[in-house]
Amino acid sequence: MADKSSSNAYWKANIRMIQLFLVIWFVVSFGFGIILRPMLSGIAVGGTDLGFWFAQQGSILVFLVLIFVYAWRMNGLDKEFGVEE
Amino acid sequence: MDQFTLNLLVIGATFALYIGIAIWARASSTSEFYAAGRGVHPILNGMATGADWMSAASFISMAGIIAMASAGGYEQSAYLMGWTGGYVLLALLLAPYLRKFGKFTVPEFIGDRFYSKSARMVAVACLIIASVTYVIGQMTGVGVAFARFLEVKSSTGLYIGATIVFAYAVLGGMKGITYTQVAQYCVLIVAYTIPAIFISLNLTGNFLPQAGLFGTHTASGVALLTKLDSLVTELGFRQYTGMTTNMLNMVLFTMSLMIGTAGLPHVIVRFFTVPKVADARASAGWALVFIALLYTVAPAVGAMARLNLTTTFWPNAVAGKAFDGDAISVAAINTDPQLNWINNWAKTGLLKFEDKNGDGFIQYYNQNNPTVKALADSKGWTGNELTTVNNDIMVLANPEIAHLPGWVIALVAAGGLAAALSTAAGLLLAIASAISHDVIKGAINPNITEKGELLAARIAMAGAIAVATYLGLNPPGFAAQTVALAFGIAAASIFPALMMGIFSKRINNKGAVWGMLSGLIFTLVYIFIYKGWFFFPGTNQLADNVDNWVFGISPLSIGTVGALVNFAVAYAVSLASEEPPQEVQELIESIRVPKGAGSAPHLAMH
Repeated sequence: MADKSSSNAYWKANIRMIQLFLVIWFVVSFGFGIILRPMLSGIAVGGTDLGFWFAQQGSILVFLVLIFVYAWRMNGLDKEFGVEE
Repeated sequence: MDQFTLNLLVIGATFALYIGIAIWARASSTSEFYAAGRGVHPILNGMATGADWMSAASFISMAGIIAMASAGGYEQSAYLMGWTGGYVLLALLLAPYLRKFGKFTVPEFIGDRFYSKSARMVAVACLIIASVTYVIGQMTGVGVAFARFLEVKSSTGLYIGATIVFAYAVLGGMKGITYTQVAQYCVLIVAYTIPAIFISLNLTGNFLPQAGLFGTHTASGVALLTKLDSLVTELGFRQYTGMTTNMLNMVLFTMSLMIGTAGLPHVIVRFFTVPKVADARASAGWALVFIALLYTVAPAVGAMARLNLTTTFWPNAVAGKAFDGDAISVAAINTDPQLNWINNWAKTGLLKFEDKNGDGFIQYYNQNNPTVKALADSKGWTGNELTTVNNDIMVLANPEIAHLPGWVIALVAAGGLAAALSTAAGLLLAIASAISHDVIKGAINPNITEKGELLAARIAMAGAIAVATYLGLNPPGFAAQTVALAFGIAAASIFPALMMGIFSKRINNKGAVWGMLSGLIFTLVYIFIYKGWFFFPGTNQLADNVDNWVFGISPLSIGTVGALVNFAVAYAVSLASEEPPQEVQELIESIRVPKGAGSAPHLAMH
């Protein structure tokens, strides 16, 4: 196993990534899909508005991208710190 | 070939497949029984997770809930975002670390991390309440599906379903369940998407229902959702895409479903079956791919089925205004072969109509809307005549409404059964493992042999199936409360404990136990106040409506607040007491890095 300071740096880098991804997760669903929907109502999408699209389709697509990008970035981080299996 | 024979053939063929897998995938060790020997490919595990996750409710009810909700289809987006967004939390916050921990059950992690048998037993109790509530709905779903498509009594259907689950769950444990779930996923997704594609083509010309939802309604030339909005408002219903009137509640409800999803043990344990930590992360992504295939189709099915249903009852509404033409006539319902499905489903009681004013037409509108009621009075209508539309109709009757061939109907029947059976099996495994691994090996008899524990696990599984079958036949009052009870408990109790266990080194045994208990009790009491103490009817203090809810927060959404209570209490109690011991600090260090998962202690034992 890597030494303590290196595994601390690995964990900090992971936490930063998790925070960034959770902000995006929150903004697309709770933000665009619910709270900010009235503000986005001017943007028309397929017979309704952007907020409705995010609530019923867009957020799910972003969730998918988030998980795969996180998995891919973490594999890189694992290698960088030599903690991969 | 008649419909009954087709149903029998298709359902029979899928069941033969499940039994075949049961014989092939027998478990020979506890590692295989609890975690499929940790040899499941991440993509296959993603499929199995999809089937494990998507229950009878997702398959049969969700599209109808979105379609028919009186608050409009938009507000029900909480289900779509909640039941998918939880996988982001699983992938980022829980699955990789719990896989690295490398043991068999969720309570076992809580017990080891918080070095406390009490914490483990609280987790076992939460797991059992949540999973038992959840499994009853699946068992009744199996019975109902059998009764409807194979013309047997629903109790007989339930026994047949239970026997099938018994075969692959008792023999194969997690290994048998995993590979059966992969097959069940394939059956259910094909069954769900085929009718949806035909309906989307029919209404919008789009092959993909996801594009059709935001596409143009061919017959009227306007956007599908614009058409639907103007049609339902003409009939006096709330605008389909209308904004929620209770934003705080929608936010908290979505959050409860998300963290509840991430905290449900039967979902978490699926990620124990992959070989590596990196696989656990990727597998959560694959799980969401397979789930999203259904969850992005469901809102399209909902909107299109609502439009189809409405234009069936108001033929003029296809291209113009509903009230500019006559409603559907009773004569047409009884003679037009295209409308056979109405009487077919009226027989089941899921759809009811009644010509109240005896004019020979069935007027469908919202009689509680004053403007529309005034118009109705002037036309001599004496009330809405489409008196019952069960949510489940929207999926179950879809193939008939779209005039699809009989084999599609049979496939929908097999798909509904696959959804219910796969979720039931996952839940039963979570219950059985909690009993054999956490209670028997963890507390009663720690020296039990590998062989003894495997036998105990099989007996626990058989017992869990028997109990679930009994409760499916005699559903108790709480059976209808899956969303409140299962997701509420998972959100308020299990999810915060797991998250703090991984991300904080400071939370100790006392903090975890008090946090879990406070979150749990807070949530349950809030639910009981509105839904009745222990769900006994009439024992509620306040009527369950928005005027009585504190800040407009529904009992279904309270899990989020319960989770906050859990976090706050756990931190306060931990800071006021001693730090966790050194070996626990080391355990946390070790689960945070992927390296070394393959050589976890349990594997060294075999």
